[in-house]
Amino acid sequence: MTERHAVVSVIGKDQVGIIAKVTNILADNQINILDISQTILQDFFTMMMIVDVAGREDLDQLQDQLNHLGDDLGLKINIQLEEIFQAMHRV
Amino acid sequence: MDIAHNEMIETIRMIQMENLDIRTVTMGISLQDCADANFDNLKQNVYNKITRYAGRLKEVAEAVEREYGIPIINKRISITPIAEILGNATKEQAIEIARTLDKTAIKLGVDFIGGYSALVHKGMTKGDETLLEALPEALSVTERVCASVSIGTTRAGINMDAVAKMGVIIKEAAERTKNQNGLACAKLVVFCNPVEDNPFMAGAFHGAGEGEAVINVGVSGPGVVLSALKRHDDANLSDVSEIIKKTAFKITRAGELIGRVVAERLQIPFGIVDLSLAPTNAMNDSVAEILEEIGLERVGTHGTIAALALMNDAVKKGGGMASSFVGGLSGAFIPVSEDNGMIRGITDNSLTLPKLEAMTCVCSVGLDMIALTGNVTPATLSAIIADEAAIGMINKKTTAVRVIPVPGKEEGEMVEFGGLLGRAPVMGVNPYSSEKFIKRGGRIAAPLQALIN
Repeated sequence: MTERHAVVSVIGKDQVGIIAKVTNILADNQINILDISQTILQDFFTMMMIVDVAGREDLDQLQDQLNHLGDDLGLKINIQLEEIFQAMHRV
Repeated sequence: MDIAHNEMIETIRMIQMENLDIRTVTMGISLQDCADANFDNLKQNVYNKITRYAGRLKEVAEAVEREYGIPIINKRISITPIAEILGNATKEQAIEIARTLDKTAIKLGVDFIGGYSALVHKGMTKGDETLLEALPEALSVTERVCASVSIGTTRAGINMDAVAKMGVIIKEAAERTKNQNGLACAKLVVFCNPVEDNPFMAGAFHGAGEGEAVINVGVSGPGVVLSALKRHDDANLSDVSEIIKKTAFKITRAGELIGRVVAERLQIPFGIVDLSLAPTNAMNDSVAEILEEIGLERVGTHGTIAALALMNDAVKKGGGMASSFVGGLSGAFIPVSEDNGMIRGITDNSLTLPKLEAMTCVCSVGLDMIALTGNVTPATLSAIIADEAAIGMINKKTTAVRVIPVPGKEEGEMVEFGGLLGRAPVMGVNPYSSEKFIKRGGRIAAPLQALIN
């Protein structure tokens, strides 16, 4: 199976346990994290994770779980295939 | 990490906060093999072919939308200009075809189906005449069918007999839908130099040079360009152009990717990306506001044409590098009712009909979604079309007229069209008559291609 990467983005107000809760969902879904970066600018939290989604039919179920968590924490959490970022920022 | 953190943030900001979207994924389908001397067969062939090719269009586009996290606003179909397969059909049958197309679009869940069209820039066949006769009623009894008529090209000149007919047709279409402010006219475009692979409505059709089926994509994003410019308040115009180019590049790349993925999954060839800044009534998603951000107090004032020319060219340059196949109309759209900035320009008495005409000399596409007073005469409508067509013919570009003479409304009133079509202030026209000019009929010959000043 060839590699297929997706980006999980988390944006919103900083609070305790964001990374733990997001990575828990990923672990429960057997998803490996390849890279992770985060910044906090004036209390505004952004985290980007590159994850391996090879062999998955669709990301709907995962997005649902992330939406749930996002609603609970007041954060925007999305998962989208990495190619869109590649296309827009690399020639 | 391959892609930098701030680059990912930029993409997400563009999508979530600045209305970056894929405006439309449009499947072009040839109906040439649907022609049949028996009308019932023809109708069935059309229905069968469209549902066979586009059956999964909505489902696939929505899956791609979710996976890549970028909204696809419309799923559309464009077809062979219907006049070309009408043959001996009657007016009533032509209207029935429109109903069939409407039903097909509703069944497939696509937003619009374009190509209830005729190409009559030099002359009219029997099928063309039937379609033109059917147009007002066909557009008033259907919801999702879009029509276009080509009345001129740079190589053929302008068919003034057809132009004269279009004035009457637009007037009748408005009258038949007077309870909806003349909505039928919002689904009818009159073209000079139409393109064969345009994915945008109402002017989309599947041209004769196209294959059996194709996926074309229209991308948009005035909001993205606007906020990029807002971050560079003191840039000079060379830098403004650079900023627009870079932004257009990114938008187009997103469109190209989505188009190719959808095409691959449907196993249909990918055609073109149409990179057009198409405004919507959403906050800040306005082409007029970009011009104002460049430095005009209100769109329509002196300097509007220059700013628009700069922007239109920069959009094309950025998009041209981003995609292997840029096509369609590609440029900046200036529909009035769909652009909050344009609406404000008119209500503030800055933007006028003559200025809008002048703007169409330097951008795509033409006089678009403009509400006119209800008492405008067919001859004046035809003369407006003739003026726009002349601009297109001489300047070798696509121009179009999509105006709505709103029954019973007078200059200054505001009319609502609803949904993506927005609302528009009713504009007045020149009170002097063009009757004699239009009544003469005949053709305006194709212009010389040399001696071009």
